[in-house]
Amino acid sequence: MRDKTIYTLGISGTLLLLYNLHTILMVLPDEAAQGTIGKMLLIHAPAAIAGMTLYFVAVAYSIMFLKTKNFAYDSAAVAVIEVAQVFTLINLVTGSIWGHIIWGIWWTWDARLTRQFMCFMLYLGYLLMRPALNEATQRATISAFVAIFAAADIPLVWLAIRVHDARTQHPGPVLETGTLDPAWRIPFLISWIAFMLIGSALAMVRVRQENARREIDSLRRELHAI
Amino acid sequence: MKQGLLSALFIARKDLRTEFRTKEALNASVSFALVVLVLFSFAFDLGRDEFYDISGGLLWLVYVFAGALIVNRSFIREVPNDCLDVLIASPMPAWSLFLGKVIASFVLLMIVELVSLPVYGLLNNIHWVDSFWPHLGLMILATWGITITGVAFSAVTVNVRLRELMLPVLHYPMLIPLLIGAMQISTALLKGDGGDLSADLRLVVVFDAMFSALSLYLIEFILVG
Repeated sequence: MRDKTIYTLGISGTLLLLYNLHTILMVLPDEAAQGTIGKMLLIHAPAAIAGMTLYFVAVAYSIMFLKTKNFAYDSAAVAVIEVAQVFTLINLVTGSIWGHIIWGIWWTWDARLTRQFMCFMLYLGYLLMRPALNEATQRATISAFVAIFAAADIPLVWLAIRVHDARTQHPGPVLETGTLDPAWRIPFLISWIAFMLIGSALAMVRVRQENARREIDSLRRELHAI
Repeated sequence: MKQGLLSALFIARKDLRTEFRTKEALNASVSFALVVLVLFSFAFDLGRDEFYDISGGLLWLVYVFAGALIVNRSFIREVPNDCLDVLIASPMPAWSLFLGKVIASFVLLMIVELVSLPVYGLLNNIHWVDSFWPHLGLMILATWGITITGVAFSAVTVNVRLRELMLPVLHYPMLIPLLIGAMQISTALLKGDGGDLSADLRLVVVFDAMFSALSLYLIEFILVG
């Protein structure tokens, strides 16, 4: 049953993404001001939104773990954070390529770039810390604590950078006033749905690995005790 | 509640007394702060006015680096002879133990900062005396944020392998919003700018309030399980 779900989610997400890439590259007209590279928006922004969505899902799992002490929630949290990191990385890399072509620079300490980068760094600390903890309960509790702290920090990072208006490179309409052309809305939404489907499949595979690892650890400990 | 606060003060007094007897963390932290200050003077060959522009940033980098040595010790000092297990098993709540450790680290870091500030001013020709009192207020607020998050992560990493490496990896990214606010205010105070600093100040206060509440609530899960 679980295998079927993973395959269904993964294959439907991949097919949806391929269909959407065809629409983006072959059907949609180029963006008026930026040309073809403007279409990067339809991958770049949905990846960021998928990453953010998954970070918040992971925090919900972390809170659930602290409340219930059920290891399934810990496995789900780490799996979802790993997938969220991949989407954040996609967002950062595509943004960097886009920025190099349009702004002439690979990186700037713009409000959004900094927030995404800090998200990545905060949860990188989470992923680096986990293997350094041997005991399963301790690892899960501490991981949940770090995940909640990191989530609380993200709005403050955003606020801290927004306080100083000079640190913004994204054009005004992207940040506040603009709306997406109606023809671009559906591909934008499909990209996000495809990312979420693929992300869910990957997270489910990762949950299975995490559960297996915990079981092996506990068997190894039992063996040592004997 | 009152008993918890008294227990916290008791733990803080114990930690401070232990530290003042050996002065291990204090001496190391002050020496480290001075070394970093000297290294900065080699690293930046700037004119006096240009140096003022980055003065707040450099000052807070010194404080944060020195602070890592202080907060790192707060829970590790209880590991030998299983003292931490005894403290956790004692009747006081976990938040009291944590708050006591935070107060002790806060006092120690404030001492390091108050020693470093005149040396920083002296070595870099920065006038800090005129803005001392508002600066002291900022130091109290931002140092509280550094210590409460730092001691929380010290509790988290006490049983982690490579804890000396893990603490800065987890702690420094977390401090970014606090440091942005503190650095901006410090630079403005040292330069004598009278601009509107309320947004930065709010940021520092919100950071303190949010992480104080979160740490005090969640520390029970970390220490007791």
